[in-house]
Amino acid sequence: MVARADLPAEAKRGAVVPVRIAILHAMETGYRFDVNGRSIPKNVINTLTCRYLGESIFRAEMGSGMSANPSVHFYFVAERTGDLEFEWIDDAGERGSHRAKIRVVT
Amino acid sequence: MSINHARRRHTFAIAAGCASLATLRSTASCAANELIDPNTDALSQRAAAVTAGASIRIGRVSIDTPRLADNGHSVPITVRVDCAMTGQEYVRRIVLVSETNPRPLIATFHLNAKSGRAEIATRIRLNKTQRVMALAELSDGSFWADRAEVIVTESACLDAE
Repeated sequence: MVARADLPAEAKRGAVVPVRIAILHAMETGYRFDVNGRSIPKNVINTLTCRYLGESIFRAEMGSGMSANPSVHFYFVAERTGDLEFEWIDDAGERGSHRAKIRVVT
Repeated sequence: MSINHARRRHTFAIAAGCASLATLRSTASCAANELIDPNTDALSQRAAAVTAGASIRIGRVSIDTPRLADNGHSVPITVRVDCAMTGQEYVRRIVLVSETNPRPLIATFHLNAKSGRAEIATRIRLNKTQRVMALAELSDGSFWADRAEVIVTESACLDAE
């Protein structure tokens, strides 16, 4: 699954940094029907997590009320240079991940 | 759809938007610190299910979302909580609850003291004109909330309706 993370390349230590993650996913609600009138099963990214310096800094549990191609904007405190590791899983069990680097200066 | 029809619909939507803006303003001023009674309406009931019966106060949370969303498939929403996000006091989670969607729980966002700022933004689906509630659970276990009405002209679940 394709994803994009937007965050500044560099931040000062202790600064509150905005980050946005956007993932390409249909987020099927389970309420739609295909051309043959068959119900399309619900399949949404139900869990999205973000780790930074080995610690979980953010987690989202999502339902069918989230838009297709979900995007989530949140904040974290920059401590040291490292990676943000995003991981997610959908109802069909398909997993995805994405990494984004942040350089922390003093 | 004829041009005339489209124009009329547009005018109507603007009029409806203005009317709701006026009512929202009048209710917002007296609502601060009000305790939500889970038996008053569907939204309060749905919110009470999230907190497992713990009381919810109006305040500290603010929702930023358009009053009029043409398209229920993608409604931008920002939730801010008035909280310092220090080790002593921080927001544990922010929960978005819908009044009329077939599934009440839109999403739960778990934060912690290292989040730095108690704010999230995302895009949600709404099946019709309704109120949305943002609930915040603080580290002391208290629940705070804000409600916002969103006028939806195109539903996000045409089949389900």
